[in-house]
Amino acid sequence: MAKEVLSWKRAVRENSGYLNIKIKPGEIYGFLGPNGAGKSTVIRMLCGILQPSSGSAVILGYDLLREAEKIKARIGYMSQKFSLYDDLSVLENLNFYAGIYSIPRKIRQQRIEEMLNLAGLLGREKEPAANLSGGWKQRLALCCAIIARPDIVFLDEPTSGVSPTSRRMFFNIIQELAGQGTTIMVTTHFMDEAERCHKIAFISAGKLMAVNSPDYLKRKTLQGFLVELTIPRAMEKISVLEKLPYVKECSMHGLSLHILLTDEKHVQDLHEFSGVEPRPIVPSLEDVFMALAARQRAGEGNA
Amino acid sequence: MHRILAVLHKELLQMRRDKMTLALVFLLPLVQLLLFGFAIQTEVKHIPTVVFDQSLTAESRALLDAFSASGYFDIEYVAGSFGDVNKMIDSGKAKVGIVFPPDFAASLNRGVPAQVQVLVDASDNMVANQAIAIANSIGLIKSQEILAQKVRLAGPPYDIRVRPWYNPDGITAYYMVPAILGTVVTMTMVLLTSMGIVRERERGTLEQLMVTPIKSIELMIGKIVPYILLGYIQITVALIIGVTVFRVPIRGSLLELYILTLFFITASLGLGILISNVARTQMQAMQMGFFVMLPSILLSGFMFPRDAMPRLIYYISNLIPLTYYLDIIRGIVLKGIGFSYLVGQVTALLVFTVVLLIVSALKFKKKIA
Repeated sequence: MAKEVLSWKRAVRENSGYLNIKIKPGEIYGFLGPNGAGKSTVIRMLCGILQPSSGSAVILGYDLLREAEKIKARIGYMSQKFSLYDDLSVLENLNFYAGIYSIPRKIRQQRIEEMLNLAGLLGREKEPAANLSGGWKQRLALCCAIIARPDIVFLDEPTSGVSPTSRRMFFNIIQELAGQGTTIMVTTHFMDEAERCHKIAFISAGKLMAVNSPDYLKRKTLQGFLVELTIPRAMEKISVLEKLPYVKECSMHGLSLHILLTDEKHVQDLHEFSGVEPRPIVPSLEDVFMALAARQRAGEGNA
Repeated sequence: MHRILAVLHKELLQMRRDKMTLALVFLLPLVQLLLFGFAIQTEVKHIPTVVFDQSLTAESRALLDAFSASGYFDIEYVAGSFGDVNKMIDSGKAKVGIVFPPDFAASLNRGVPAQVQVLVDASDNMVANQAIAIANSIGLIKSQEILAQKVRLAGPPYDIRVRPWYNPDGITAYYMVPAILGTVVTMTMVLLTSMGIVRERERGTLEQLMVTPIKSIELMIGKIVPYILLGYIQITVALIIGVTVFRVPIRGSLLELYILTLFFITASLGLGILISNVARTQMQAMQMGFFVMLPSILLSGFMFPRDAMPRLIYYISNLIPLTYYLDIIRGIVLKGIGFSYLVGQVTALLVFTVVLLIVSALKFKKKIA
């Protein structure tokens, strides 16, 4: 088994548990959770620009607290802000980061060309970064972050605010990088992107709720039997359905309801109660996250 | 080294594209020099004067001639009563009123002191001080002349000969132009660099830089060096204007001036960088910049002589880099003195630079919170 490139333990507030993350080389590690769950905070801490309140991390064999600068030479970071210099051209932006990462002059030219190719920006080198539209900016920002071929790339909501096509292109690049052995840690709100991660960590209020492959999470997180129910005025019926003893959870998905039953045998009961035949479905990641978020809320209620 | 060069190159590119920066570098010295160089005249001449002569004699006429011949008083109005004199001064048409009593000539001839009243509008300090001083000395000189005549002396008993060195003609521009130059440079350097880091903070590029292996000091140096270049360009522009338009003589060594200027530029840049590290937004940086600039202009000796300041203020003025640079530039340009006379000032600027840079580098941690 490959050695971990990143392992981290952190006490999040007193008594509220630990965030324990371990990532293997070449893994695409998705970081999911509701807004304010602490995803960006975690990533910034791992990049060494935010002081962790407690805990420790070992990244690429270096201690985060004592050797942050050594780590910085071997990681790439890109935030949702696409931090480029707007008044510099595409090429000048790349050149700047090539210099900042001290890429030797001999291979600099070749590396920049490689990046231009990756971002699909060949032929647009002279254009000011300000003129690029969202998707292009995002890919240029990524290329600036990975120009030094880092071992780990941290991406903080890299695909917010760009078109679905651009998101797809971006994730293709990510997968290509992972294929070459780069470890990727990415936060996202998009389920289709989460599906493409090797492993997903779901956090809420700074607490790790679940970590596993998307498939595993879909099969094992939900304890019960998931059905889809298409009834008129579904929204109004949620409160009634939720009170049934054999219904664990009930939420809207499009025009129909996704209902989690305590057991498969209650499908018939639900059919009789609602007058519509429920359709058994395989849970999506979204169902998983709704369930996990609900569990977190319930946990808080008990505490 | 790669990293410093990368920042340096980036800064130069951005500088070249920023029209505001270029305007500041070239237009600021031009406008400031032309405006202040011509406008600031600390010597007040041609003060509008009203006369109420109740004596109307050869004696009163002679004293009046002395007043107008001095060049400081222009007798523009003749009043027929005290009321008229009051009105003229109240309305601001005249700044000075000269009143001769009816018995002026008679007293003079009897050997009794003949009184002349000189009314001065002291709401303007500069004008009043000048008018009072000149009126007093005209009175003294004329009295001496009369006394000398009476005792049949060849001349007045004392003969004090004053020789104003370095600026014998008292040309204000000689004194002002070097000072304006220093002010303009420090203003530009502080304002531009104070934006330097905070701008990146606002745009989010600083967060990106923090994740890279760049060291704080490398970033500071890469950001400062291009501005040193700008400072020199600006000084050159200002010197050319000073020499061609205002005919300011450069008596000392130009090379020495350029070398010593380096310490002043770096001290100003250090101040700007420190502001940039402390400020969270460009707006804040701008406000802090002005907070620093105003005392620089008022207390450095640019406007008012430091010797006249109260002790406490005098000590505070020692904390302003411009104070030392004014000594340096006035010393080299007007007095023609060299480094050996300016060691103290240069040392002070060097200390400023080192302290400000160290504090800035310490203050700038590669953390966002």
